[in-house]
Amino acid sequence: MTATAITPFETVAPVIELSGARKTYHTGDIEFEALRGIDCRIYPGEYVAIVGPSGSGKSTLMNILGCLDVLTSGSYVLAGEDVSHMDEVALASARNRRIGFVFQQFHLLSSLTALGNVELPLIYAGVAPAERRKRAMVALERVGLGDKSRNHPGQLSGGQQQRVAIARALVTEPAIVLADEPTGNLDSHSTRDVLGMLDDLHAEGSTIVLITHESDVAARAGTVYNVTDGQFVGMGTEIAK
Amino acid sequence: MRPADLLASSWRAIRSHKMRSALTMLGIVVGIASVVLTVGLGLGTQKDVSEQIAALGSDLLIVSPGSSTDESGMRGGFGSGTTLTRADADALASTVAVPDALAVAAEKTASVSLEYGESNWTTTVTGTSTSWPEVRSRELLYGTFFTDEDVASGASVIVLGAETAEELFGTAAVVGQDVTIDDDTYEVVGVLSEAGSSGDTSLDDMAVVPMTTLVEQLDDSGSSESVATIYIKAAASNLLSAASQEAESLLLNLHGIASADGADFTIDVQDSLLDAATSVYQKLTVLLTGIAALALLVGGIGVMNIMLVSVTERTREIGLRKALGAAPANIRNQFLIEAMILGLSGGAIGVAIGVGLALALPTVLGSTIVISGLALVVSVVVAVGIGAVFGVYPAARAAKLAPIDALRDQ
Repeated sequence: MTATAITPFETVAPVIELSGARKTYHTGDIEFEALRGIDCRIYPGEYVAIVGPSGSGKSTLMNILGCLDVLTSGSYVLAGEDVSHMDEVALASARNRRIGFVFQQFHLLSSLTALGNVELPLIYAGVAPAERRKRAMVALERVGLGDKSRNHPGQLSGGQQQRVAIARALVTEPAIVLADEPTGNLDSHSTRDVLGMLDDLHAEGSTIVLITHESDVAARAGTVYNVTDGQFVGMGTEIAK
Repeated sequence: MRPADLLASSWRAIRSHKMRSALTMLGIVVGIASVVLTVGLGLGTQKDVSEQIAALGSDLLIVSPGSSTDESGMRGGFGSGTTLTRADADALASTVAVPDALAVAAEKTASVSLEYGESNWTTTVTGTSTSWPEVRSRELLYGTFFTDEDVASGASVIVLGAETAEELFGTAAVVGQDVTIDDDTYEVVGVLSEAGSSGDTSLDDMAVVPMTTLVEQLDDSGSSESVATIYIKAAASNLLSAASQEAESLLLNLHGIASADGADFTIDVQDSLLDAATSVYQKLTVLLTGIAALALLVGGIGVMNIMLVSVTERTREIGLRKALGAAPANIRNQFLIEAMILGLSGGAIGVAIGVGLALALPTVLGSTIVISGLALVVSVVVAVGIGAVFGVYPAARAAKLAPIDALRDQ
């Protein structure tokens, strides 16, 4: 599996380009502005952390970036494709092709083996079974679980389950890996393990967006955006390593 | 998404929730099994009745004197009208005028007292021709029927019904014995096999003699030429109406009547009895099938309920699948196919149980159950259809779930 070779921040177009992004929720007569105009560019190969307390609009931003929800106003261009006004079917396809999700609760299907779980996005992409199995196996080997391909999630530790989820996120070679509190359900040992894996992916050229409320987790990223009241506070802070 | 993957995905979901799948199928299994059984029972009863009526002689036209079309009037008219004659019967027997008739037999009856030694027995004696056994679908238990010579000479021979022979002699093996009627002696040449009863008339308590014998020696009605009934057996059951028309036009001609409205005779079709019975059993089948359909409806609602529970239970799975790129149609199809597979499996199991019971029950109940291949195929198709129809709503619910809400579900 070759990660796209990239020379960051120079001539390339951004993977993510948010302009004047606003999201308003209506609950009866009550309006709630979750995002109040966010502008942001993320370039290929970047490792970005989005931090903020709960209720800051962090989760809304994650849903927007993951094409799980659409903006009320403003625009979102993902890998050169304007997804701001896409319908549900087009959004599903955009998620499938462009985004690799890593969730806090792993979200593996217990009825499937590790390999079956990793194959899942490829099934919706219409990839033929033999090709699917081969690519899923490569992804599992990449996260160091080549020998656990036939195990079901229940037979794996939390850290191993999250690694299966990372393999599932990588298998489609997405434009970004979107990790939502990936260590929230892990002990400290597994946390180090999973964060180390994200570091490796970054080193190999993957674009990673990490959403977290833990500052020590955010510290692993190259750039940190702080969300408060639906807005970025200051611009991206580059972290000196 | 490839169709094979869709199928595999649905199949895996069913297999990984065996208990739930079994419960979902239960209603359909019961419904389909009862459809198979009730339809089989309905068809079986219909077949039984048809066979019984056929044994009485379907394919039979009954020509009665007078124009009464009322069934009881026809019975009451036995021997009372004088518009039908032996000559009519002979003419009807002509293969030229009535080509679709296989055999014709005229009947005339009288009530007589038979005597043998000290015992005597009153019964109805029928005068007729040698074609009578064929026309009335009767067979002989012992001896033979009388011959054309007997008819020509007015011989003193008699054929007894089995019950009559029993009453008179204490046994049915009485060929060669003599019975006495009004001091005249008749030789018993044959005994009829048992035929049961038609309505309240026993077909086994009777005696048959040549028409000439009856007219010359036993009948005191005074009209020697008239007959009570002429039976015409059609060459085949589908030729019954053709034979009926031929007989009608011949008789109208012979009687010099211009219009069928003025006919002095009535032609009835015994088949109408079959039709009446068939329609009763068709109604019964419809009724039973209706009840079974109700059972299927309840089964279908069961499918819907459990599928709805399944959608709720699998909210997170649905959310995850959507996040990974499943379009609403993919999710909808997966649930629809799950419902259809459950319908198919439930239908197949229901058919197996229904057929099993259909094979086992007749030995217990003594009733016939006809297993129709068409009914089985239709049952399974209906079961799949029920799965599809009642799966639509749960599948639509699943397809509509927003991925964010679904993923957040704990």
